Amino acid sequence: MNQQKPLPVTIYTSESPIASPGRMFRDMLRDLHASHDLSWRLAVRDISAQYRQTFFGFLWALVLPLANTAVWVFLSVSGILVVGATELPYPVFVLIGTMLWAIFMEAVNAPMLGVSASRDMLAKINFPRESIVISGIYQVLFNSAIKIAILLVALAVFGTYPDWNFLFVPLGVASLLIAGTAIGLFLTPIGLLYTDIGKGLPILMQFLMYLTPVVYPLRAEGTLSGLLLLNPLTPLIETTRAWLTGGTPEWLHYFLLVNFLALFLLLGVWIVYRLAMPIIIERMSS
Amino acid sequence: MNDTLLKVEGVSKRFCRSLKQSLRYGTQDLYNEIVGRNHGGNGQLRADEFWALKDVNFELKRGECLGLIGRNGAGKTTLLRLLNGLIKPDSGRIEIRGRVGALIALGAGFNPILTGRENIYVNAAVLGLSHRDIVRKLDDIIDFAEIGNFIDTPVQSYSSGMQVRLGFSVASALEPDVLLLDEVLAVGDAGFKSKCFNRIGKLLEQCAVVFVTHSMHQLYRIADSVMVLDKGHRIGTFSPHDAIKHYDSLCAGEASASAVFLDNSIADATMTIPESVHAGKEISAQISIVPRRPVVIGQVIFNLTDMRTGTLVAEYRRTELEISIDTNFAHAIPIALGPIFLRGGQYSVSCAVYDRKGKINLAHFANFATLEIENPVPTEAVCGF
Repeated sequence: MNQQKPLPVTIYTSESPIASPGRMFRDMLRDLHASHDLSWRLAVRDISAQYRQTFFGFLWALVLPLANTAVWVFLSVSGILVVGATELPYPVFVLIGTMLWAIFMEAVNAPMLGVSASRDMLAKINFPRESIVISGIYQVLFNSAIKIAILLVALAVFGTYPDWNFLFVPLGVASLLIAGTAIGLFLTPIGLLYTDIGKGLPILMQFLMYLTPVVYPLRAEGTLSGLLLLNPLTPLIETTRAWLTGGTPEWLHYFLLVNFLALFLLLGVWIVYRLAMPIIIERMSS
Repeated sequence: MNDTLLKVEGVSKRFCRSLKQSLRYGTQDLYNEIVGRNHGGNGQLRADEFWALKDVNFELKRGECLGLIGRNGAGKTTLLRLLNGLIKPDSGRIEIRGRVGALIALGAGFNPILTGRENIYVNAAVLGLSHRDIVRKLDDIIDFAEIGNFIDTPVQSYSSGMQVRLGFSVASALEPDVLLLDEVLAVGDAGFKSKCFNRIGKLLEQCAVVFVTHSMHQLYRIADSVMVLDKGHRIGTFSPHDAIKHYDSLCAGEASASAVFLDNSIADATMTIPESVHAGKEISAQISIVPRRPVVIGQVIFNLTDMRTGTLVAEYRRTELEISIDTNFAHAIPIALGPIFLRGGQYSVSCAVYDRKGKINLAHFANFATLEIENPVPTEAVCGF
């Protein structure tokens, strides 16, 4: 067993890995590489277990956005709410908005759900902690693919056909995923210690949805339009919607800037997550 | 070649008693970690904290097995978790060469909906086997677990025995350099257990092993040396034989810890027996009782278990004793076991005390003492003269 290669050496001390950044980044890359196989396995496990026990199977990925769409279409058609003019037929507009929002929200929830569900494993087995997050991303990607496919069918029904811009849609979905994962992972360490985060998050997300042009379009003026423009999620949703429906994205620079910042944030929270896991495992089960 | 695989130097770990505080300290630790400060702070305890482990040192080479014993809460499992890298030490240093494997949490990550085969892939990946290794060992794992054609059935329809067998089979398929064992050595029925022991035996030769247990005969069987822990402190590292003595003396601090009074009539009782006896000689135990109301002891049964094998080797039953105890404290009443004809060695003694009719179990003393039986001078030596 110990003939050829020298054995890898692992050292545990009380020092913070931040104190030696070079080694920390090397370890991060190593673990990222090591979690490749495992995260795929975990994702396959969770997806197949999830759908094996349901009758409607993959359709469940659509229920929430479809229900949301139905509510908003009803509110607007019945005249209870005046949403304002949209370039697209309103149902199409809402359907796309809620689908994209659902992708973002799943990405936000995935890290904390994943870590909570694997509590037992985390407390007893040492495996790359990244794999849980990556497995969560795979699952969101899988669900997103279903959503986008259904969306295309719905668009065709309403007579909206995407053009070659559609090729950029994966980029839009990726940007929602990156932003969502960064936010979700940011909340995970504290959320695991204090359950307040888990309780407050759905409420917060609802507010956030109304501050994003999901169910109604951007307005030219008013206090709300200012807020909407400040919201970094606005360019993500708007740009992706434009790519899906053959419109021209107006916020491309803003979109790229947000993506850049989100990637940066993701790197930062990844480091925090790594630092936090031993502490959380200690407090979870001591 | 230096084959020291595990080096532990001055490792300490603090834990917190109160949950609220613990969460606050967790947040504090996280902040310190992010700004790059040391995890253990200044090495002092904060309010409500205690040392779960304090200044533990040891080294282990390939092929060596260190046993860890201590009473509940002595820090054994904490040490294993530190070695496994699950939690960070507050001070000190742990150096591990090679791959760490742990026979802890068998079947972690099993999903009940998925089949045994699917779960093998997941579980093995979690334990650190690469896809290629899993494929290579799959048949071996399935064979060892004796699951048969249940392998493509969802795990939720397995019996609990089948689940642990599968879990053991996967976990023991690893080829670690450092192996951590927490009580689990063998699972399943008698036949499967002996298979487990064989496999563990093989692992023991190839790895440096740290082994936590409460079972003294397993300690005898496996460990080369034994570290005794008490309230996080290392009492010392001994041979298994001496370690058990130290452990017993720790437990003796709370005399009635292993005594259970099943009937309400006894408030407290202690049982003692001489530490050693020559084979073939008479021996008596002594019982002291604080009764709540007058009781009559009718029967006393002693069991002797061989510490090496863990098997029950002798039962000494005294009936029709008629020892009446009124409400006063009864001190050191002798109860003769009779002459003892056993091989020389260490035996663990348990005792059950019954009432006159032998129906009501008044008190039970589980493994309350260790009895050493000394062989007389071998007869050949005398006769051969």
